Amino acid sequence: MRISCPHCGERDHREFEYLGSAKLLERPDGGDRAAFHDYVFQRKNPTGENAELWQHVMGCSAWLYVVRNITTHEITAVKLARDVKAAAR
Amino acid sequence: MNRFPTGGLIDRDISIPFTFDGQTYTAHPGDTLASALLANGVRLMGRSFKYHRPRGVLTAGSEEPNALMEIGIGADCTPNTRATTQEVYNGMVAQSQNRFPTLKADILAVNDLLSPFLGAGFYYKTFMWPKKFWEAVYEPIIRRAAGLGRLSGQADTADYDKAWAYCDVLIIGGGPAGLMAALTAAKGGAKIILADEDFIIGGRLNSEQTEVDGKHSQRWAAEVATQLAEMPNVRVMTRTTVTGAYDGGTYGAVERVGDHIADAHGAPRQIFWRIVAKHTILAAGATERPIAFPNNDRPGIMLASAVRTYAHRYGVAAGQRVAVFTNNDDGWRTARDLMALGVTVTGLIDARTDVAPDVDCPVFTGAAVVGTGGRLGIERLSVRTSDGSIQQINADCLAVSGGWNPSLHLTGHMGGKPTWREDIAAFVPSPDSIPNLVTVGAANGTFSTLGALKEGMAAAKAALKNLRLKQVRPKVPAADDAQGAVTAFWHVPDVKGRSWLDFQNDVTVKDIAVAHRENFRSVEHMKRYTTLGMATDQGKMSNMGALAVMSALTGQSIPETGTTIFRPPYTPVQMGALGAGAAGKGFAPERLTTSHDWATSRGASMIEVGLWHRASWFPREGETYWRQSCDREVKMVREAVGVCDVSTLGKIDIQGPDAGVFLDRVYTNVFSTLKVGKVRYGLMLREDGMVLDDGTTACIGQNHYVMTTTTGAAGPVMSHLEFCAQCLWPELDVTMISVTEQWAQIAVAGPKSRELLAGLIDDISNESFPFMGCGAVSISGVNGRLFRISYSGELAYEIAVPARYGESLMDELVKRAEALGGGVYGMEALNVLRIEKGFLTHAEMDGRVTAADMGMSGMMSTKKDFIGKVSSQRDGLNDPMREQLVGIKPTGAVRQILGGSIMVNVDADPIRENMQGHVTSVCYSPTLDGMIGLAFVKGGHARIGQTIRAVDLLRNVDTLCEIVSPQFHDPEGEKLRG
Repeated sequence: MRISCPHCGERDHREFEYLGSAKLLERPDGGDRAAFHDYVFQRKNPTGENAELWQHVMGCSAWLYVVRNITTHEITAVKLARDVKAAAR
Repeated sequence: MNRFPTGGLIDRDISIPFTFDGQTYTAHPGDTLASALLANGVRLMGRSFKYHRPRGVLTAGSEEPNALMEIGIGADCTPNTRATTQEVYNGMVAQSQNRFPTLKADILAVNDLLSPFLGAGFYYKTFMWPKKFWEAVYEPIIRRAAGLGRLSGQADTADYDKAWAYCDVLIIGGGPAGLMAALTAAKGGAKIILADEDFIIGGRLNSEQTEVDGKHSQRWAAEVATQLAEMPNVRVMTRTTVTGAYDGGTYGAVERVGDHIADAHGAPRQIFWRIVAKHTILAAGATERPIAFPNNDRPGIMLASAVRTYAHRYGVAAGQRVAVFTNNDDGWRTARDLMALGVTVTGLIDARTDVAPDVDCPVFTGAAVVGTGGRLGIERLSVRTSDGSIQQINADCLAVSGGWNPSLHLTGHMGGKPTWREDIAAFVPSPDSIPNLVTVGAANGTFSTLGALKEGMAAAKAALKNLRLKQVRPKVPAADDAQGAVTAFWHVPDVKGRSWLDFQNDVTVKDIAVAHRENFRSVEHMKRYTTLGMATDQGKMSNMGALAVMSALTGQSIPETGTTIFRPPYTPVQMGALGAGAAGKGFAPERLTTSHDWATSRGASMIEVGLWHRASWFPREGETYWRQSCDREVKMVREAVGVCDVSTLGKIDIQGPDAGVFLDRVYTNVFSTLKVGKVRYGLMLREDGMVLDDGTTACIGQNHYVMTTTTGAAGPVMSHLEFCAQCLWPELDVTMISVTEQWAQIAVAGPKSRELLAGLIDDISNESFPFMGCGAVSISGVNGRLFRISYSGELAYEIAVPARYGESLMDELVKRAEALGGGVYGMEALNVLRIEKGFLTHAEMDGRVTAADMGMSGMMSTKKDFIGKVSSQRDGLNDPMREQLVGIKPTGAVRQILGGSIMVNVDADPIRENMQGHVTSVCYSPTLDGMIGLAFVKGGHARIGQTIRAVDLLRNVDTLCEIVSPQFHDPEGEKLRG
């Protein structure tokens, strides 16, 4: 698998570390325990496209928002997680 | 000798000696082991896996199931090497395998007589009981009897390498289709790699008597290969097998660099390549398939294509009196070619009825071979003619052709399913099985030379277009356009005796019938029940035949029956190649402190902490046991002064106007109030409320902090901080970078530590550097940082200097410590010191404990949000009966405590249901003169003073303990502040 890092260009997947669903970008504000339970533990398990977080640990350290098809490993979008989060604000 | 007087791609002027089973033979450059043995009249090359039947070479390529050899001696011996691909080198030692005592007289050939009892499923049915006999008795015996080559038992001394390559177009296979594709793509300016598993480019062009562009196909191939090699944008990789297709246009490939030479002069033996290609053209050709008939596995029975390869490429007659058995037109060519070379063809047997072979030899149409005879090799065969009568034919070689299977294996590596083509009675790759890969030529079911050339060119043109490169219009050379008619014919029906399908795993047509009868009918079940296709050739010879037999039995069509899934690797890959560079020291990177050499020169015993190597203890004269050194080092720190390299702790430089706010959010406690020149201990949680790490963070300037992490968690903490900064709060103006390797950091601990530093640093007074103070210092003119922090509970400092000064600072500090009655200490003493003080490591912070479990709920700020705050409020995490951190010390007769012991109440059985907790850290404390430990005990904070047992059932130690505070030494912290 190859991931195109917006900073470094296309690189082999072994330069990256996988964290999990991009849902982790949506940390709840405030102290609602139910919201945090959902944020920390609840994950969808889709086939097909899934938004994920990867870090370019062997490169620029950027956290990446990667849209990957779980069945084919086709990657349709890579953005800086920072930008995705900032845009959502 | 079976060598023709002329012809072939061998250098007849040079003779190379080699041995096979102790006997010396000669070969010529260009020979494989198989061709050389055939040239020397050796037909018997191996014994079969299960029945130990005599076997000879079946093919002339990497699909060979029979002629597997051990090549080399001692540690260099490689078993299961295919004689058909192994080039002969000067002095090569080859041995046959799976026989005892010799190939000709193998006593386990008795298995063949027992074959009625050894059919498919035999192991499952027979060795059922007694249960424990399987591992102890049956399996070792079966493994010895049924097998392939032996491993040397010694470490492989050969070098392997790994490498990456990138190209616009990867062309797999250098036959007519691959060569034409390469030529076209190269002329268009594409950066190309042409990989071929063979050592001469050309594929079947080297194996046939045919013309391309008005010249012999061998010459055309050689000319194109030379032309390609001279182009700067082309990399031709011979002896390179593309073994797997992976995501994103990545391909695995093994290049055999040194397997064919006696002395590689330091070159690696093999290189494992990862090739990344924008476009790939698969031109892997096709493999001929055998026909199953009784005793079709006798040495001398070979694929017709292999007989032609040996004749045209190696100048070797596979036999002097050859018969041909075919279901397609290609078989006729074999008979014609051999006769043109002066070989007697004793019969051409064609299974088809409506054909009229135009060959000047005895011809039998609508006929079939129903048996063969001969000792250790074929001497005669029985033919059932179209009228049902049986006729005997003499032959020392039987060339068999059952049609061709496209080599589509790579197209299945990403889950693609092949398509059945009735006209060629074979599966072909389905389009788009691998993104950006196009299959051409015989691999695509296009068997004519002209068709292959055209498809190769068309695929290259399409690739050039996609790459937006120059379009070229090379001329397609003139070539043979015969596709060759074929009628499916898989096995001879209505016969007695065993007809082999899988030569390597000894699976017969009957075994498939057994699998069918016992309802293992799905191809995946059939495969596993009979072991068909599970040998090192992965069913290249056998899968199609078995599918056909099963589909006839079930009444389903072949496409309905389906195929098993092809997975990487295409041919076996040696572990050495896969693990290239990772053996021995290459297994993991080593991180060494700047004082590493200094420490080892002092005899330090080293220990691995993650990737770091740290000094464990420093033995002095007369000390023979680690505890002696460790106890002395602990006392040294408690009574005088000790010096320890703590550079391995993670150091993260954090800067920016929002750095303080950022730290508030990642630590449980408040950091934004920390003044410049101060250090604070901090606790970090995961978002689920569990402790992630602890450490100190120093404020060394306005909006400038230096965080320390534990050695083991440095990477994860850095990653976590980056996540928080980039993914959670990108609006915060804060940046961070790891400076672990930029700074050497050395701890100076003990009551005399200030005295030690007084000679080095101008002002070391308690006023300038109070407890938890920090600041810039100059040490012999070197700008460093001083932190008054302690991991030992003593008056202590840590000095950081740029890494290049680490070793000299260490040396200087230790000299000064020794002058004060102290000295250097290692990890063991460091561990004892911190246990005595009740400080934590990841033995305690094991990912399952909360701040409250560790007695640190007071560090959880109520004034701000932080990572893990909300989740740590979960009810279950606030259960008062959770396991909580306590200290323990022995109170009974047993004075020993072992790490990992479980805790149970005094009168309880040490069983899981009664478990009260576990011991995380133990040590002998020289300060307290006894063993102490840290443990997690249910409701432990409220049980101080109670008695409990620490039980280690493995080592049989049962210790009565008192639960105490985890701060054994100086609980008030007076020494720290002194």
